[in-house]
Amino acid sequence: MTSISESLRIAQAPRVDLTAGGDDAIASSPPRRQRSSGSIWRMRLEIAALAGPALVVFVVFVILPVGIAAYYGFFSWAGYGPATKFVGLQNYVTILQDNTFIEALKHNAMIAVLSLVIQGPIAIGLALLLNRKMRGQSVLRVLIFVPYVISEVVVGIGWSLMLQSHGAVNGFLESVGLGALKQDWLSNPSIAIWSLMLVITWKYIGFAVILFLAGLQGIPEELAEAAAIDGASYWQIQRNIVLPLLGPTIRIWAFLSIIGSFQLFDLVYIIWGQYVASTAGTSTMATYMVANGRNAGSYGYGNAVAVVMFLISLAIALLYQRFLLRRDADGAISGRKNS
Amino acid sequence: MSAPSLAGRLPAPTHRRRKLSITTPVIYFVALVLVGLILVPVAYVILGGFRSNSEITVDPSGFPTTWQVGHYIDVLSSEVFWRELSNSAIAAVTTTFFVVGLGLMASFVLARYQFRGRGAIYGLFAAGLMFPIAVAITPLYILVRAFGLTNSLAGVIIPQIAFALPVTIIILVPFLQAIPNELQEAAEIDGCSRIGFFWRMVIPLSTPGVITVGILAFVASWNSYILPLFILNGEASYTIPLGVQAFASQYSVDTAKVLAFTSLSMLPALVFFSLFERRIVGGLTGAVKG
Repeated sequence: MTSISESLRIAQAPRVDLTAGGDDAIASSPPRRQRSSGSIWRMRLEIAALAGPALVVFVVFVILPVGIAAYYGFFSWAGYGPATKFVGLQNYVTILQDNTFIEALKHNAMIAVLSLVIQGPIAIGLALLLNRKMRGQSVLRVLIFVPYVISEVVVGIGWSLMLQSHGAVNGFLESVGLGALKQDWLSNPSIAIWSLMLVITWKYIGFAVILFLAGLQGIPEELAEAAAIDGASYWQIQRNIVLPLLGPTIRIWAFLSIIGSFQLFDLVYIIWGQYVASTAGTSTMATYMVANGRNAGSYGYGNAVAVVMFLISLAIALLYQRFLLRRDADGAISGRKNS
Repeated sequence: MSAPSLAGRLPAPTHRRRKLSITTPVIYFVALVLVGLILVPVAYVILGGFRSNSEITVDPSGFPTTWQVGHYIDVLSSEVFWRELSNSAIAAVTTTFFVVGLGLMASFVLARYQFRGRGAIYGLFAAGLMFPIAVAITPLYILVRAFGLTNSLAGVIIPQIAFALPVTIIILVPFLQAIPNELQEAAEIDGCSRIGFFWRMVIPLSTPGVITVGILAFVASWNSYILPLFILNGEASYTIPLGVQAFASQYSVDTAKVLAFTSLSMLPALVFFSLFERRIVGGLTGAVKG
């Protein structure tokens, strides 16, 4: 887990590390000195006072719920009073045998893959575009981030009004003479997931672009200049120098995108609601959890779904880290020996 | 040191000097299409609020023929809208304040103190990145209820602080590490304690990072949906996202009014963001630099 953050930190591994001792897990701290025992206690007190509050809030509200979910997941519990009806693994058996859940999981996986395939190339292209000198560049940079700042509820309501069968999209198609292309964008099960992908791409592409822009700025301009002097074309420079150096940033983005796809809730719940989502083929594990847990009054079951989601996320994170992020931590070009 | 000082400024790319002049129009065309794709849905919501329902029914994708401000005035003069706005504002400002405060304190320790377990604590916070709030919402609700905080803004604010801490710490730690040791040594020689150094040097020097994490925390809180959905069940404590959704289902036939309400609700986050936009890239650059 450390190395995920580590790679975030060194997402620009190729940069020559000027700070000494950069191979420490958390690099370059003030030099250690001999201190009297009084000052050691004083330091411990400072550490506790400064880091304590954040640590307590974090452990109680982020880590503890995982334990709570694991506990109640073994019970059939309506959410009130003490949980007494212990059912063992029954909840988990039910989840894994429930076709609705399996469908939801498939949708999650599909959304994760499609997000990478659709957003990745577009976002890299846009980041390269926005990284060159052009008129209106700063305006474009603001605009591309606008959808990310607008809340999921607003995005969901706006898009669902536009995409419904008598909505603006169909109205527009009709008025430009393409009435034949009119669709039930939201309710047709073979189209709905693509409509969802459209909304997701619109909403989250700005985040990817901003991350890539930040990554591009860390690439030394001298490299591109040197290549240009050697006669490399713009595209050769991007292809052979910029993209490889942007690799770590891309892998971090991909990780955040995959995790986000497996937790997707807001947009689906707002556009399709809890019941329509499964018939339209856009339900996700999170909407399944809410519909069959809280809304059905089965908190034990809901907690078991939470545990399953948690384990799936954990497995993905560990696999991803093992096979992709490790390379970053090893510092391919800088020759650093991390992790 | 380079990270904080460069923040907020984007170096002009110097490669590609004035060749292939044919590509320039293509680039501007792509940029124009892009702007259109981004803005059309936003424009639809804002313009729709100026139309009448019969207009929307007859021609869903058209412009307002007569600009009607009635829906906007209705919303702006409704008590519900302002109450939800102030609930959201209270939640967002409080969350941001504590996220920045607690995050800065913890990051300072993680960046500049040497003690056993430092790596473990950092790893623990980093692991939080893997668990967005959606995965924990069911047990989190049980926990918040056990504290007696359901239906209160505190029940939304405290978990939001907890879930914002991982990103905050991961962005801030590199910033604080970039402050040269010489600065701290000089401060110590002048009789400044570590805490004094924190107050007088670290806080001013980390401003770009603080602004970035502050914006991220503010926007996340302003837009937060699943947590208020579970915690707040009385209309009096609704925040804007819940209010927008309730309004949309209550007035589902009155599309224009829903659009007016929706567009007014997205304004504050947009204004807040556009004020600080330049700082975001700067702060993230600091974070992805070693």
